[in-house]
Amino acid sequence: MSQSQPDAPQNLYAAREPVFPRRVSGKFRNMKWVIMAITLGIYYLTPWIRWDRGVNLPDQAVLVDLANRRFYFFWIEIWPHEFYFVAGLLVMAGLGLFLFTSALGRVWCGYACPQTVWTDLFILVERWVEGDRNARLRLHRQKKWDARKLRLRLTKFVLWILIALATGGAWVFYFTDAPQLAVDLVTLNAHPIAYSTMLILTATTFFFGGIAREQICIYACPWPRIQAAMMDEDTLTIGYRHWRGEPRGKLKPHKKTKPAAAAAASDAPVISEAAAPQGDCIDCMACVNVCPMGIDIRDGQQMECITCGLCIDACDDVMEKIGKPRGLIDYLALTDETAEQAGKEPKSVWKHIFRPRTILYTTLWSLVGIALVVALFIRADIELTVAPVRNPVYVTLSDGSIRNTYDVRLRNKNGDDRPFKISIKGHPTLRLQLEGTPYDTVDVPADTMSLQRVYVVAPKGSEPALSERMDLRIWVEDISNGDRAYKDTLFNGKGN
Amino acid sequence: MAKKPTQNKDVGTTGHSWDGIEELNTPLPRWWLWTFYATIVWGLYYVAAYPAWPLINGATQGFLGFSTRAEVAADIAEFEAKQAPMNDKLASVELTAIADDAELLGYANSAGAAVFKTWCAQCHGSGASGAVGYPNLVDDDWLWGGDIESIHTTITVGVRQPTDEDYLRQSEMPAFGRDELLEDGQIDEVVNFVMSLSGDAQDATLVEAGAVVYEENCAACHGDEGKGDIDQGAPNLADAIWLYGDSYDAIRESVYYARYGAMPAWNTRLSEAEIRAVSTFVHTRGGGQ
Repeated sequence: MSQSQPDAPQNLYAAREPVFPRRVSGKFRNMKWVIMAITLGIYYLTPWIRWDRGVNLPDQAVLVDLANRRFYFFWIEIWPHEFYFVAGLLVMAGLGLFLFTSALGRVWCGYACPQTVWTDLFILVERWVEGDRNARLRLHRQKKWDARKLRLRLTKFVLWILIALATGGAWVFYFTDAPQLAVDLVTLNAHPIAYSTMLILTATTFFFGGIAREQICIYACPWPRIQAAMMDEDTLTIGYRHWRGEPRGKLKPHKKTKPAAAAAASDAPVISEAAAPQGDCIDCMACVNVCPMGIDIRDGQQMECITCGLCIDACDDVMEKIGKPRGLIDYLALTDETAEQAGKEPKSVWKHIFRPRTILYTTLWSLVGIALVVALFIRADIELTVAPVRNPVYVTLSDGSIRNTYDVRLRNKNGDDRPFKISIKGHPTLRLQLEGTPYDTVDVPADTMSLQRVYVVAPKGSEPALSERMDLRIWVEDISNGDRAYKDTLFNGKGN
Repeated sequence: MAKKPTQNKDVGTTGHSWDGIEELNTPLPRWWLWTFYATIVWGLYYVAAYPAWPLINGATQGFLGFSTRAEVAADIAEFEAKQAPMNDKLASVELTAIADDAELLGYANSAGAAVFKTWCAQCHGSGASGAVGYPNLVDDDWLWGGDIESIHTTITVGVRQPTDEDYLRQSEMPAFGRDELLEDGQIDEVVNFVMSLSGDAQDATLVEAGAVVYEENCAACHGDEGKGDIDQGAPNLADAIWLYGDSYDAIRESVYYARYGAMPAWNTRLSEAEIRAVSTFVHTRGGGQ
């Protein structure tokens, strides 16, 4: 590290400079509208999808039942001991982030992040109420709070609050039966936790989407820093072809260009317009004006840039109008910039996307996904765990026989009560006995786990009673449909 | 590539440079300063609202009157209030009806496990498997009876307690050797006979003589066949379970000095619901009859 004289900062603190993104149209804007519609649609509508699971189970397709420790996702039901599915999904989400970031940079930030989607929605409402960039700027600069400003601001805030309320409201529907909760919420019968959650999420949505916006991305969110570390020189990200655009300058109509002869004849050393080399950038600020982050992409890659592509749309629009090729601002990788400056052909988009690194991430991602799917399909509707009681390891009964005890947990994942028959497979002298019942069958109620104490007795002097330990398998059979499951354990004898 | 951000054109650098990478001296956002002020305001409020300053006789109380001790007391009170209906039910139903009510049985077992760990595990062991002199509660041998009602009575009045005025769990074996009720030889004979009831005598030649001694001195309580008598807590001598050990010496010591095992009466320390809960717990550990 070297040290030179620091520049004195103007101020230690700086106020936020408000951003007024201008309306833009183009392929990235259209793609963002589509993604917004899909993501918001999923978020708001999912809790209302019904899914019939039988009488004893909820009929909500996606439900996080915290009180009963269940997670329902269409045909899948996850119990707490299967939380590894969630862990697996998180691993997939992490690898997916690696994959997309190494191939396409901060594509998550630009298109799919809730902060981006909701901010986009809030800006849409803002533009709808107050007008486009110039109108909003004027309103912002207008010091006097006249009736019009008051009306516009109030309308905007009310609409924002309604969206925020719907957002916070939709969240709680994921945790309990949505139609019932909707009625309870309106009739003020819902649980205080539902109201407080709604209130908090309404407030955060309103504040993050309406007021804080890009400040969240720049100062509050860790992803920009982490994602920057996952990008490399082949990653496609938003770039400005400065070798093409610079030196930038105002577009001069051709007819006003002075003839070279007239310039040469003049006494003053006038630099000829024709002689001054000018790039394609006409410094129209369209890219800056549409930027929701309030940055100038021509300064190069910046931490603030969420790669939403709106500046590409804006610039392409201008380039078409002035009859220049599109793509002054474009999805570019660092290697493309170097190649193009050297006059070489840049790599194709597919070569940026299919690289050893991205293929590795895709492979890992798929492996975890396949493992999860396989795990999902091989799991049974009945399950048991067997915990041998080790305190004491065995009990001597009055007739001299040796008894082991096992805590067997039986899970019935079906929507109706099931009779489970317990049996053992081991040394032929071993006898099975269940706590609290003379039979070998227990009824496990629908969608519950039952704890059953199971005794296994070896007669006095028999081989298992005299051995240190022997293998034992405990079987459970659902009598109603013949499904079977087992767990291996050990029988402990007295030893010799 | 490093360019200054558009919005703060004059931020300058801190003068730090790593391999040519300079550190911008970007000003902090002003709202960040507000959050700092907000924490100061919150800190002042906290000092006033919650226990904060340590004084000689404890800390300042704070105007909210918050105390973790009071919170715990409130939690316990709430917990007890919630349990009250279940405890009332447990204390009032027929003992034999507990096992028929799955909800009550589950509650009694859980509550009983807690009571057992607190009051019983010291002698009977955390797994209820006992120790020498302290009965194993998970086997099928019971000194005073293994049905739920007998277990309940035993826990309630204890064993050999002066407070047990109804003589429900009172008995005493004579010290046949120490009090010179039997000759040493007779004791050897009866010990060999007793051992032969459940296995092999140490000296088979003494068994026949021992049977006579047993008949005259022991059978009144332990029964003609040595099966014991749960009405007076006389152990079954014909089974494989030996509370004080199955060795010749241990059995001889029992005959010579006698034993006088005792257990506290729990009705002075536990509520009826707690006694019933722990009775249920013990009854369902594998030995209940």
